[in-house]
Amino acid sequence: MSAQIKYRIGKSAGFQGLTILLASSCVIPLVAILLYIIRAGITKINWSFITNVEKPVGEIGGGVAHALVGSLIIILMAAIVAVPIGILCGIYLGENRNSKLAYWSRLSVDILQGVPSIVIGIVVYIWLVKPFGYSAISGSIALAIMMLPIVVKSTEETLKLLPDNIKEAAYALGMPFHRVILKVILPCGISGILSGVMLSVARIAGETAPLLFTAFGCQFLTTDVRKPMETLPHLIFKYAISPYNDWKDLAWGASLILLIFVLLLNFFTRLITRKWKVQL
Amino acid sequence: MDTSINKDVITRPEDSLGRVITSTINATSVRTAGRIRRSYRQIRTENVFRKTLIIVSLCMVVLILGILFTLIVQAFPSIKALGAGYLWGKTWDPVQDVYGALPFLLGTLLTSFLGLLISLPFSFAVAIFLGEYYPKGWLPNLLKNAVELIAAVPSVIYGFWGLAVLIPMVQSLETKMGVPPVGYGIFSSALVLSIMVIPYSASLGRSMITMVPSSLKEAAYSLGATRWEVIRSVIIPYTKSGLFAGVLLSLGRALGETMAVTMVIGNTTQMPHSIFDTGNTMASVIANELGEADKRVYNAALIELGLVLFFVTVIINVIGKKVIGKFS
Repeated sequence: MSAQIKYRIGKSAGFQGLTILLASSCVIPLVAILLYIIRAGITKINWSFITNVEKPVGEIGGGVAHALVGSLIIILMAAIVAVPIGILCGIYLGENRNSKLAYWSRLSVDILQGVPSIVIGIVVYIWLVKPFGYSAISGSIALAIMMLPIVVKSTEETLKLLPDNIKEAAYALGMPFHRVILKVILPCGISGILSGVMLSVARIAGETAPLLFTAFGCQFLTTDVRKPMETLPHLIFKYAISPYNDWKDLAWGASLILLIFVLLLNFFTRLITRKWKVQL
Repeated sequence: MDTSINKDVITRPEDSLGRVITSTINATSVRTAGRIRRSYRQIRTENVFRKTLIIVSLCMVVLILGILFTLIVQAFPSIKALGAGYLWGKTWDPVQDVYGALPFLLGTLLTSFLGLLISLPFSFAVAIFLGEYYPKGWLPNLLKNAVELIAAVPSVIYGFWGLAVLIPMVQSLETKMGVPPVGYGIFSSALVLSIMVIPYSASLGRSMITMVPSSLKEAAYSLGATRWEVIRSVIIPYTKSGLFAGVLLSLGRALGETMAVTMVIGNTTQMPHSIFDTGNTMASVIANELGEADKRVYNAALIELGLVLFFVTVIINVIGKKVIGKFS
């Protein structure tokens, strides 16, 4: 074997080694973050952490109950607004692939997906907070706008995957359009759509920027959606940049809860999509 | 209208056919009438359903136009008062009513491009590793899922981790290099961003690389090319535009990232002179100041920052999506 060939083979092997090294080192920060947050957070979580609300600085025994309740309410309201609209729009885009409206609508959804969360926060601040003041509703609307593109895209992609003859068989039996969609197409694609919904909830659950000047935050446990409300990510931000160590400890516990919630949602989404692909 | 048609249907056979066979005709015609009424209802529901779909899709277009319109209208006082000098002004001093956005533009560009530069070798390595070297198996699958999970971790958690872990590390690095050990600053933000944007270019690059036709690769192998030569002269040229689109999506993500950057950049409004200086990005200024901007021009100046951010990310994303669309 000539030296030239040896050199080329060596270069190839060297590059392969470098690729493997760089690729596997991508996991290091993720593992480091997960381990650090689990280690810092696990000791802070106890019963009073989950059931108590914010206490003044220096008093021990504060908790994050208000943020947990607030996050749940705000996410739920956002999902109620965004999921039906997103699915309907996804159906339109999946059914009318070449119409002019579909082109512009698809472009809008693509743009919306790229809009930074802080810009959506500004817009909702102008629309809802300037006239009506800080409220949980405005936070939900901001999060709903962020959910929309993910729900739309996943619905559209799922409908594209379904074979046309399911739909044609239903039409041949004389079913009207809305029944074909609601009774045949949606049940067939439900797992794909559901995974999109879960993914979008996972995305907005950790979103802080648009909530800074919409839901704003609050020290008390409240369920009044017309008033400011605390959320988990906003609480983490507030406590993390505070100078008090016991607040930072609370923030580690809250981070762990948020992280577990988000990762579980992602895990289930992956499970569903894997099953879905096998079935098809 | 509905009932009149039905009456018509019911009465007509009686009139035209006489009374001899009335009883049987009546039974069938009532059934037919029921069926027709049902199908009329269904046609109506169908039309309502179709219209709802169209209206909802129209809503998306209206939403984007509404966002754009709102931002322009609300930023107008600042556009009028400050003009183009806004983008080149070096001082940002709300107390004196001086608004120059250059420090923030610079901060955004520096953090984003530095972050992207750090992340690119890693994300391309992941794309090549998963797309070419090891497309199947449990270990590559694990890596793929892990990389996608990087995108799932909330940005506020990255920021908090950066505060607690990265900043002390950067401080000790700065002490070794002889610059003031602040820790906070553009370099720390770029580090956090570089972790956060890996998945975007990696997963797109991976799917592009798996789409390279194997006949091209086999042709190169049959000519005696090594693995690396196939990657360099077949796969990378073939997927060039796709990889570029992935980089664009990562960049769009980095430009708009708010929370993680706000927490580690230091939030100072002077011009950054080196990458270890503290600074501010457009997104972090908005996050810090919009809630308390009481003056009209101050508020509008912050919204104008949002408008700039909106335009830049929209352009980047649309180009990226167009390139991907052309590819597949």
